[in-house]
Amino acid sequence: MDREKIDQIIDKHHGEASSLIQVLLEIQAANHWLPKEALERVAEKLQVPMTRIQHIATFYKAFSLVPKGRHEIHICMGTACHVRGAPRVLDAAQELTGIKPGETDLDLKFSLQTVNCLGCCALGPVLEIDGKTHGKMSPAEMANVLKNYD
Amino acid sequence: MSEILLKIDGKEVKAKEGMTVLEAARSAGISIPTLCHHEKLEPYGGCRLCIVEIESRGSRRLAVSCVYPAEKNIAVTTRSEKVDRIRKMILQLLLAHAPDAFDLQDLAKEYGADRNRFEKEPSFCVHCGLCVRYCAEVKKKNAVGFVDRGIRKEISFIPEIASKECWNCKECFPLCPTEALQAAYVLVEALAFPSSATGACATGE
Amino acid sequence: MARIKTPVELEELRKSILSTRDPNKPCITLCSGSACNASGSLEVAASIEEEIAKQGLGAEVDVRRTGCHGYCERGPIIVIHPEKICYFQIKPEDIPEIISQTIKEKKVIERLLYTDPATGEKIVYEHDIPFYKYQKRLVFGSNGSVDPKSIDDYLAIGGYSALAKVLSGMTPDAVLQEVKKANLRGRGGGGFPAGTKWEGSRNAPGEIKYVIVNADEGDPGAYMDRSLLEGNPHAVLEGLTIGAYAVGSHEGYIYVRQEYPLAVENVFTAIRQGEEYGLLGKDILGSGFDFKVIVHQGAGAFVCGESTALMTALEGRAGEPRPKYIRSNIVGLWGRPSVLNNVETWANVPLVINKGADWFTQYGTESSKGTKIFSLVGKITNTGLVEVPMGTPLKDIIYQIGGGIPGGKKFKAVQTGGPSGGCIPEELLDLPVGFDELTKAGSMMGSGGMIVMDEDTCMVDVARYFLDFLTDESCGKCVPCREGMRQMLKVLTRITKGKGKEGDIELLEELSETAQEAALCALGKSSPNPFLSTLKYFREEYEAHINQKRCPALSCKELIAFHIDPEKCQACTTCARKCPSDAIIGGKNLIHIVDQAKCTKCGTCFEVCPPRFRAVRKISGEPVPARIAEEARTITRKSKEK
Repeated sequence: MDREKIDQIIDKHHGEASSLIQVLLEIQAANHWLPKEALERVAEKLQVPMTRIQHIATFYKAFSLVPKGRHEIHICMGTACHVRGAPRVLDAAQELTGIKPGETDLDLKFSLQTVNCLGCCALGPVLEIDGKTHGKMSPAEMANVLKNYD
Repeated sequence: MSEILLKIDGKEVKAKEGMTVLEAARSAGISIPTLCHHEKLEPYGGCRLCIVEIESRGSRRLAVSCVYPAEKNIAVTTRSEKVDRIRKMILQLLLAHAPDAFDLQDLAKEYGADRNRFEKEPSFCVHCGLCVRYCAEVKKKNAVGFVDRGIRKEISFIPEIASKECWNCKECFPLCPTEALQAAYVLVEALAFPSSATGACATGE
Repeated sequence: MARIKTPVELEELRKSILSTRDPNKPCITLCSGSACNASGSLEVAASIEEEIAKQGLGAEVDVRRTGCHGYCERGPIIVIHPEKICYFQIKPEDIPEIISQTIKEKKVIERLLYTDPATGEKIVYEHDIPFYKYQKRLVFGSNGSVDPKSIDDYLAIGGYSALAKVLSGMTPDAVLQEVKKANLRGRGGGGFPAGTKWEGSRNAPGEIKYVIVNADEGDPGAYMDRSLLEGNPHAVLEGLTIGAYAVGSHEGYIYVRQEYPLAVENVFTAIRQGEEYGLLGKDILGSGFDFKVIVHQGAGAFVCGESTALMTALEGRAGEPRPKYIRSNIVGLWGRPSVLNNVETWANVPLVINKGADWFTQYGTESSKGTKIFSLVGKITNTGLVEVPMGTPLKDIIYQIGGGIPGGKKFKAVQTGGPSGGCIPEELLDLPVGFDELTKAGSMMGSGGMIVMDEDTCMVDVARYFLDFLTDESCGKCVPCREGMRQMLKVLTRITKGKGKEGDIELLEELSETAQEAALCALGKSSPNPFLSTLKYFREEYEAHINQKRCPALSCKELIAFHIDPEKCQACTTCARKCPSDAIIGGKNLIHIVDQAKCTKCGTCFEVCPPRFRAVRKISGEPVPARIAEEARTITRKSKEK
């Protein structure tokens, strides 16, 4: 990600240290991950220690310090989905992609993540891929859904 | 500076304004166990060992004395069945990580904490935060910090800063109650700067 | 659009907006909340636009895309005004018929109506449908009438009249007293009286004070705040501005989860519109009162819903809570007095001011006034958002409004208060919903999540699930929470895997005490609640898991086995074909057998076995019956007698 774009984001927030999380969120959204150079630039311009940035980048689930896959699978593990069988759906997803939550496969095709409630409880179990919500999932359905992504 | 009058373990104590209950107790020679507390650092309130019973305005509750401000007319009890029970459990939880930690041995004996109550945990670090806070507040170098949260929380050195500052400093090492800090530093040293003064060979790239 | 400079100008603008709106003009209202969007309302919206253009009805028919209506089980939902005809589960293909039949010919389309499950009767109007009929939607009801992206819609239903009332002659103290009199208690979980909190900040030393909206709704299964913020952001802004005036604050923050992109978008739009209209910013309505609102997004941490952690996050740090010995309404954000309240609490404020405390207090119980929005989810027929007066019995919410448990299953428990709450069993279903009542029963109101569980839910697994959630979300700073929950999770996981031992329950109870007494924040202190409440009401399940290695709900994978009853199997081969692990040995006319070594307990065979055979059963706590002999597996079909 080029330095100019990062500077633009930082300047939009007036270089205020309290906007650190907002700045990182924008970089994450634009780039899909937080490269080290980006973090160093933010540390420099916002005048905050690298330890604080590192803590924030690992404390909050929205951030990724490694590149993500082309398709991000988010499986809802909220209580309503859990009660309707979400763990089995997660098992199926793990089986089919070969990765565990928080991981990305070697082809950088899929990234798998669990989410704690997408707010679509009527459709539970729910998963979201690239922003599109798939409701009433079952382990059997998993393969059908993942087939459509390359 | 105005004085605050409170009672600790039945004894009348005069505390200065702005003091915490822990400081007030220590000024009166009353001991309360701590782990994450250090006079040079801001109180942290992480280990909860210094927990005490506080009675104020008719109600009773437990509070962490390193952070709780000394107030007038409160009555503090530093040992009770409940307080002891909680301290014992906290020690047992810590011993699962570092059963041989020097700072924990005497306390364990005093409170009857069983080092085998829980299965041994793989990480030595007890997250007292002394290293992180010392480097940030006293040395102002921020060479080591926390990463992640919950049960995955760890300490982590920033290699670029550590390579410049740590070899000649190491002031945080004696603060660490377990071997975690040294272990983390040695690992970073070996991986990040292979041609360091120790002459150690790189284990990785 | 010129800034509105006085309350009188506001009323004139309102009148002029209303004068252009004909209440008898047909209007298609389409629910466009996040859940309906996920069910296809975006495609339906496109279809409506297309069809209206095709039929040249642009001038005769209004279309309004609103926020969530609440009946999420049946979305996408369309309500045709002015009649209020309610159509459910709309697909894009239904639109041409709706327009030609209902809009043009005023005929009702039966197949799209709600059908009463008991009588089969079709119900036409929204207010007659049981799900809506038994609610009291004082706050949430407006969602169906406004397009959240239109400030004019909000003005048309009387929006900002409370703010105008406040700024045209009420003193900040008068506002405070009204809110105190109404006994508006926080709707985010704590139930702390809002008026008292505001008063504390007002009287605290310091010039600079803050008001904050907690929109970090993290309780899994709860999405009320999302729907309120998405569907009616102006109501929240109006409440916040009134609160700021009462407290003496000129800077407000909205901390909203980044997992709610539509809410974030609509809030930004609402703020921009508010500023354009002069309802936010400098000299609001000519009163001399300045107030600006800044939006911060969360970044995926449940603990940031805790008020001190939220403030720490607003300061640009990792959201670690601070000790609350000095309350944050005195020393909060940047060390200054800060009033933090939940989205729903703020949304109640305009009502309290417009209608008065006396009106507000007619609803609810002695100690819990007003209404509460609940998210009724899980094993329930009518999943959705429900608003009822405090004091409504749980039973009524679950059966009258919720429609009971689907699939003929038996109710087991309802979990309230999220990870900080507990389970209420069947014998307590008459409990009236209220802050103190739920706390006495070992649970809590929390933010309003109500997760219904049935006979297939394992309560030990529920406790384990919440501990798993909390160990992931804990900030990790203090020992009782981080280490205590680490160990509790280990024990509970062992128990669900059949490795429970004597003394486990006592150990869990000890760890619970440590967390409750010594943890730093409310997350840690309430973390043992799910375990303690399930132990209190379902102790026999814990004992079965530990002593008999049996899961009574037939749910815990390691403790159950799937078995095909040889007396019932008819070799239809469905299960063998659908099994994702090739774990069923079978063939034509051969009784099928589950290969226990390969079985992953996914449950597919159990689900797909035809109901007329019901040959697959789950067993627990007993050994799998020995395989029948190979010779016995052949099914000889009886030939039909002539």
